[in-house]
Amino acid sequence: MKRAFWTALSFLAGDVQADRSVPPTGFTARLTLFTAAAMALLAVFALSLSLASARLAARWSDDLAQSSTLRISAPAEQMAAQTAAALEVLRTTPGIASARALTQEEEQALLTPWFGPDLPLGALPIPQLIEINEQGGGYDATGLRARLQAEVPGAVLDDHTRWREPLVAAAGKLRGLGALAIMLIGASTAAMITLAAQSALSANAQVIRVLRLVGARDSYIARAFVRRFTLRALSGAAVGTLLGAVLVALLPGGAQGGDSFLTGIGFSGGDWLWLVLIPPLTAAVAFAATRGAARRMLERQS
Amino acid sequence: MQRCNCNPGPGRAEGGRNRGQQVIELRDVAYSYGGGELFSGLSLSLAPGSFHFLTGPSGAGKTTLLKLCYGDLVPTSGEVALWDEATTGMARDALALNRRRIGVVHQDCQFLDHLPLRDNVALPLTVAGRHHEAEAYLPDLLGWVGLTRHANRRPPELSGGERQRAALARAVIMSPEVIIADEPTGNIDWEMSQRLLALLVELNRMGKAVLVATHDMNLIRAAKAQVAVRTLRLKDRQLLAAGAEL
Repeated sequence: MKRAFWTALSFLAGDVQADRSVPPTGFTARLTLFTAAAMALLAVFALSLSLASARLAARWSDDLAQSSTLRISAPAEQMAAQTAAALEVLRTTPGIASARALTQEEEQALLTPWFGPDLPLGALPIPQLIEINEQGGGYDATGLRARLQAEVPGAVLDDHTRWREPLVAAAGKLRGLGALAIMLIGASTAAMITLAAQSALSANAQVIRVLRLVGARDSYIARAFVRRFTLRALSGAAVGTLLGAVLVALLPGGAQGGDSFLTGIGFSGGDWLWLVLIPPLTAAVAFAATRGAARRMLERQS
Repeated sequence: MQRCNCNPGPGRAEGGRNRGQQVIELRDVAYSYGGGELFSGLSLSLAPGSFHFLTGPSGAGKTTLLKLCYGDLVPTSGEVALWDEATTGMARDALALNRRRIGVVHQDCQFLDHLPLRDNVALPLTVAGRHHEAEAYLPDLLGWVGLTRHANRRPPELSGGERQRAALARAVIMSPEVIIADEPTGNIDWEMSQRLLALLVELNRMGKAVLVATHDMNLIRAAKAQVAVRTLRLKDRQLLAAGAEL
């Protein structure tokens, strides 16, 4: 590890004389810088999307998995009795930490986004909701449904599984798509830098001929190109990452923006550390791509 | 098949690190280019401290023969050996290390035009990771070829003769055992060609093997007046030892 660190440091420090052997090439330099910056920017967005999906999946998975809802639809005169019976059943069911009937104000608050604040709740046959909090490994839903069917005929148990699982799966897939996007960005970066390196190597065929004439090894020639492209990719990616981080930070809501997915896109806490990895990873991709291109080209030209 | 065993003449001081060993050897070499055979069955061995001229009509393959000698080309058949090691199948790194023992003055010189002359001349040291030694050699070397004043100029700013001398300085900075020059006096006047010849003769007297491809018969005659020279003629796809008329 220590040796790899010093090798990388020595590579970055470079050999000034060897670097000077290859003339600066404006077009490929600009292309590499632009590609690295653009791809790093896209990587930041893909990463924020992926992390937001992961957070959402975790929230839905953890929070909702520990809670469920019992809905009682009964004639008004039976509502209180059935609610009390249901609470009693729940109190004696293993795996349930607590159960609480929502007050009229709480139900009103739940319906306000759809019907407004002036809904006359008392005049409408609104079902009674009971909030259930689970403990340990949770309760046996099948057994509870059977007991409720016998003792509280108007009760419907919703353990959130029906809609939680597809949402968690969707969030997981979104996270996967984010990771796939990052991989595609990496592959595109490698392809673009390979093309730029090949172009630079072709443009410098005469330089390579002279270097060979005076006894330069392939590794010496390749190193001069590889180092140049790696440093360009590193600096381009640093600029792109910084710009992407600023843009994500300026998004409304940010990572702490609440339950909405769109307002939750962004980075929070340790997530920001992921961004530090983007420039060195881009440089590593550029290093591998340029070295491969240089070796193939030098082999062809020999 | 004509074979030229081109050994140094009597009374010559042999140079090089490996006395008795041929520095460059071509054994039954053929080379085809563009579907046609340029030459075939060609054999040649160069001893340390020898001085050879290679002549022949344009298109006979002189430059190709020189490139085969320093491993820039691979023969179609036969074998080229550098210090008894065949170039066919030689690892590219090993070939690069062997090239450091051969100083080449190319027909068109071939410089890195973006670097000043001093860096171009020091290039063989740079690629060998010995650039720090350049300061020790460069002043004397540039003075020897008369280019001290031009050390910081770039190659495109130099005349043909200056470029040829700079190429010679670059070829010898690593103190190679062989100097191969392709038409080194092709684009320069008589006076300048005599200066270049004097430099080559001086190197040969230091024990370097020298192989020069040229059309210039006057240059060969002038060389013969100073050192023991063998002249080879490449004609009709064969290499012949040229007679005393040269």
